[in-house]
This record gives sequence, structure tokens and C-alpha cells, in this order.
Amino acid sequence: MKVATLAECLAEGRSPEILFWVGCAGSFDERAKKITKAFVKLLHNAGVDFAVLGAEESCTGDPAKRSGNEFLFQMQAMTNIEVMNAYEVKKIVTTCPHCFNTLKNEYPELGGNYQVVHHTQLLRDLLNEGKLTIADGSFKGKRITFHDPCYLGRANGVYEAPRELIRKLDAELVEMKSCKSRGLCCGAGGAQMFKEPEPGNKDINIERTEQALETQPDLIAAGCPFCNTMLSDGVKNKEKEDVLPVMDIAEMIATAKDL
Amino acid sequence: MTMIDYLPNIVFAIGLGVAIYFFSGNVKKIMRNIRLGKTVDRNDQKAERWKNMARIALGQSKMVRRPIAGFLHVIVYVGFVLINIELLEIVVDGLLGTHRVFAPFLGDFYNILIGSFEVFAALVLVAVILFWTRRNVVRIQRFSKAEMKGWPKLDADLILYFEIVLMSLFLTMNGADLAIQQNFPNAEHYQQAGAFPVSQWLLPWFTGMELTTLIAIERTAWWLHIFGIFGFLNYLYYSKHLHILLAFPNTYFANLSPKGRFENNASVTNEVKLMLDPNADPFAAGGETEEVESFGAAEVTDLTQIQLLNAYTCTECGRCTSECPANQTGKKLSPRKIMMDTRDRLTEVGNNMDKNNGSFADDGKKLLGDYITAEELWACTSCNACVQACPVDIDPLSIIMQMRQYLVMEESKAPSDLNNMMSNIENNGAPWPFNQQDRVNWAQEL
Ligand code: SF4
Ligand code: SF4
Repeated sequence: MKVATLAECLAEGRSPEILFWVGCAGSFDERAKKITKAFVKLLHNAGVDFAVLGAEESCTGDPAKRSGNEFLFQMQAMTNIEVMNAYEVKKIVTTCPHCFNTLKNEYPELGGNYQVVHHTQLLRDLLNEGKLTIADGSFKGKRITFHDPCYLGRANGVYEAPRELIRKLDAELVEMKSCKSRGLCCGAGGAQMFKEPEPGNKDINIERTEQALETQPDLIAAGCPFCNTMLSDGVKNKEKEDVLPVMDIAEMIATAKDL
Repeated sequence: MTMIDYLPNIVFAIGLGVAIYFFSGNVKKIMRNIRLGKTVDRNDQKAERWKNMARIALGQSKMVRRPIAGFLHVIVYVGFVLINIELLEIVVDGLLGTHRVFAPFLGDFYNILIGSFEVFAALVLVAVILFWTRRNVVRIQRFSKAEMKGWPKLDADLILYFEIVLMSLFLTMNGADLAIQQNFPNAEHYQQAGAFPVSQWLLPWFTGMELTTLIAIERTAWWLHIFGIFGFLNYLYYSKHLHILLAFPNTYFANLSPKGRFENNASVTNEVKLMLDPNADPFAAGGETEEVESFGAAEVTDLTQIQLLNAYTCTECGRCTSECPANQTGKKLSPRKIMMDTRDRLTEVGNNMDKNNGSFADDGKKLLGDYITAEELWACTSCNACVQACPVDIDPLSIIMQMRQYLVMEESKAPSDLNNMMSNIENNGAPWPFNQQDRVNWAQEL
């Protein structure tokens, strides 16, 4: 399976419909790369005309901005915008809610105007349009709880797309005691992913994992590579990693399709 | 009539005048203090803003997301608004020396009004007692966090006592009035007016009393009630109860864009444009002033007027803090404390200016460091749970982010892990030390 970059497309005189913004975690993090690959397989399967930026992609600047380094953020943003505008990018899909939020909300003012969707939104649309189908029942009847990523849910009001997908998998969606607009953070946002937590009596991901465990799930579904890491660590901490997988929704659909 | 006959009217007019005088003084102080902040343009989307205010302040839509507290609060709120209608009559009566001046004009409707005021007064009493129980007997966690010790705790209780006293006075006044109407139908001044579904139950207290005693009780309750309200009006300035007024402008000026969208600092934009394109016109985007502004916020005067209005509006309810992941896991951060600190510091700066003929004399203190510590700021995950939870649309996160900006851009005081992360972004275009050329290596594993 070949993944084209926008540079290659340009050389061939093609301009793909969608740019898949992979993000730093999706590019480098071992766990997140699995999500990237699963999503790409689904895009291929659905016949989506897409490309990536490859080596021309650079951090959106989200962790710099949330750390207070506005200068570094805007440097990153404007460099990325220059690249994307040169390729006349119109629509972006990303598997990372942090990239999604930054590209969608903070780039326009700096000259980057794109239609930005989260991968769960695109997958839902592909299913609704019949371009993607789920036949196999690997998740049928399974108890699945979904962890709302802060930057998808509260930050941008997207609660339903991931849930619709879980229902389409014939799974039983069970909600945690704080969910949707009151969902508890996994503890990674605001650049916390990259530092040690401040002194306290518990780590946030443990608290959230405990909430997930209360629902007695067969699987924890995530929609963000950082949440995924945080919750996987939480499940490991509870010594449940052998019985309780943490999966991105894209991975679940890819598994159900045996891709 | 002699001067003596007008004495009550005069006393009342003076009381009213003094109350209004001090109240407007307080309002001026608040406005002056808020104007110490930076201006922001929140005059767009007017229709949307009115709607937001109608929904959240008037309609209490975010209050009722916690059903018990929400329901009780709606009772107190509606009771408060209704009883203010009665206040109008009391003021006219007080100034003109009349008694129940609206009764002859409103007829039966007057009875409905007074009757419903009474019902609400009783409901408010019940609600307020339940509120007190939640704070002092059940001891709901969010009311007893560190920042609620001392004045904030006393303030919350005082207001509840105040309400109990005011409602009791109101019902006593009506009960005595009813006793006069029933037992002394020819009493001068007291007409047959009003319906008293609640205070009629107080009648047994008044049986056998002389007319003069009843009048004394009725008048005492009447005067204490109205002077209590004058006092309440001027207590607001020192209390979290400013929210009964400020919730309205605060929800009107609230942030309407997606919560994930953080402000882009425009002065940085100019600099970055210059760096990326040496031919760019440095004076293009309003860069005509040479004066270099500092980045982020270390002091209340670095914050925006909206953020300062937020601070005065905060009800100290702690819904933000109880939803905060950092606070729930024992970190020092409490978004409520961020708002309370901001208000306390703003008041302090304002008082300092009052003492120094309107200009601020350096007191060696700052909001950042002396009130809000770096440890609190770095514990935030920017999850927006606090913003979502706030029943009056306050945004503690924006203050946290601006203060982080100051720590990093003005003082280079980021935690070392974050400094590493940022230098990775600068050098490799990713928060980890990987080579940008390798970004698409995963594609070979497909
Ligand atoms: S945004 Fe920060 S302060 Fe607000 S709830 Fe989340 S972690 Fe707490
Ligand atoms: S900021 Fe809002 S939620 Fe937090 S204490 Fe103040 S009023 Fe309550």
C-alpha cells in the first residue's frame, strides 16, 4: 500500500481531495503509529483521495502554545500554513484532537483557512455515504466505554461522531460517570504529556481509568493518541492490560474489517 | 400636620438616599477597577450575546445542570426577583407615608401578588435553610476547600442568615398587618388589602394583642426589612453576591467561540511575520508603536476587562474546582481560587489607588507569585472542564494560560521538561527528538 505525499502528487499533477494530517504522535509514537496505519487502511478501503505532507509536516505548535510559548506556536503555525497554502490545501482530516483543534480554530486568524475534520467525523460520513461498510461482528455485544478527548468534546462540541461509530459496530456503549461535556480529562492536555505532574495524591490518568473500570468494559475506546497512551498506562497500572484493550475507534473499525 | 408627622418620611428618604449614595460609589469603584484591565472587543454577534444572557443568567440554564442546587437556586432567584416588585411599593409607601399604596389600583390582582410573594418568601426560607445545611451539616466538599476558609465561608453563611431574617421580617410584617385588618377593621391607615396564605399561620401569635402593639410589631418589621435591604445592597461590594447583578453583563460578554480556540497574541504575530519574511512591513498590522508590550499576565492590569469582570462575578460556588482534574487528584490548582485571587488582588490595587490619589503606589506584590503560584499554573491540563462547569460563564483557563505565557516568554521559567519539549519542536518540528525526515517512515510498515 502506497501513501502519497503532497509533493509527489504535485509532481504528478494531482491535487488530492483531503490532506491527512498525521501529527507528531501519529508519526513517531509506536502506539500512535498503529492508529495512523489503521486509519490509512480505512481511507484506502473507502477509496478516499488523500495524501500526507510527510517530511514537510511539522508540529502544529499546540503543546508550545499551551505551555505559554506563543512565539514558538506562531512560528510553527505560519510555517505550516505557508506549506499548506502553497499546496492549496482545502480539507484536512486528522486523528489527533489537538491538531484538529489548533488547525481548525487557531490557524484561520494566521492565514490558514481549511475545512478541518476529526477522523471519527470522516469515518462516520464515509459509513453514512456507504463508502465504508462494517460487515463483521467482532465487537458485537461487547461493552465499550468511550473516553471523550477534551479537545474534541468540550473544546469543539464533537460528542456524537465517535459514539455513532461504536453503535455501528453493534457494540454496547456504556458511559462513564463523567462523560460528554462533563468528561474527565486523561491528564495529557495542556502539554502535561511532556512533563511530570505537579505534586498531588493521584495521577489524573489513574482517576480516569478507575472511572472507566467502573463501567466494567470489555474495551476502552479512545479518539486521541495522547488519551490512548494515558489510558493504556492507567490500565497497565491496574494490571489489566491483558484483558482490557484500549483502542482507537479507527483501529476498531479496521479490526472489524480485518484490514 | 407638623414636622413630626413627616419624620418617618424624612428618615426613610435619608435612608434611601444614603443607601443609593454608597451603592453608586461602590458601582463606580467596580467600574474603575475593571477599566484597569485591557480592552477587548466583545461587541460582535449582539443577538447571540443577548441570547446567551437570556439563557444562562436569566434562564439559569447552567445552574440546573446540578439539579438539587439548581432547583433551590431557582427558587431563591425567582423569589428575589418577585420580592423586588414588592420593594417598589415599600419605597413608595416609605416616601409618601402611605400604606399598601398599590392596593386600590390593582384590586384583586394585588391579592394575587401579595399572596405569591408570601408563597415565595416561604419557599425561599426553606431553600435557604437547605443551602445552609448543605454547607454546614452535610459539608459538601466543594464548599470546604482551602480557599474557602475565613471570609469566603463567613460571607456565604452571612448571606443565608440575612435572607432568613429578611424573609421572616417580611412574613411577620404581613402577619401583624393581617391581625390588624381582622381585629381592628377601622384602624386608621390600615386598609383591607392583600392575601396572606403564609402569614395567616402566624395569627395565633397576635391574638389578644392591643392595636398599638400590633402596629408596633408591623412597623418594626417593616422598617427592619427595608433597612435590611438597604444594607444588603451595600454589602454586595464585599461579597460573592455581586453575581446577582454582574451575571448579566458577564454572560453577555462571554466568549462565544469554541472553547478550544485560544487567543492568538497579535504582537507576536507581527514579530513572527518579520522573522519569516524580512521584507514584511513592520508597521503593517498596527505595529506603529515602538513600545514593546510584555507578553502574558503577571498582574491584574495585564488581564482583560472581561477577565476582571469574571473575577467580580465569581459566585465562589466551586463547580469549576470540583470538575477540575488537577484538583480532583490533589494538585494545588483550583480554578475558583484563580478567580478569587484575581478579585482580591484587584480590590487591593483599587484600594491602593484610592489611598494614593488615584495612582498605584508599588506595594511590592503581584498577582503572579504573591497570589497565584507557578505550581498551580503548571498543574492545568487546559481541559476546559472549569469553563464548562461555570454557571455564569467565567473562564479561569484564559487567566491560567496568560500567566503561563508570562512565565515562559518574560521569565523563561518553564519546567525543564517543557523546555526540552519546546527545543525539540524548534529543532525537529516535533515535541520529541526525532528527525523530521522520518515522519512518514510508518508508511513503509503498511
Ligand atoms: S482547564 Fe485547567 S483549571 Fe480548568 S478544569 Fe481543566 S485542569 Fe482545571
Ligand atoms: S468560576 Fe464559576 S464555577 Fe468557579 S467558583 Fe466562580 S462562579 Fe463557580
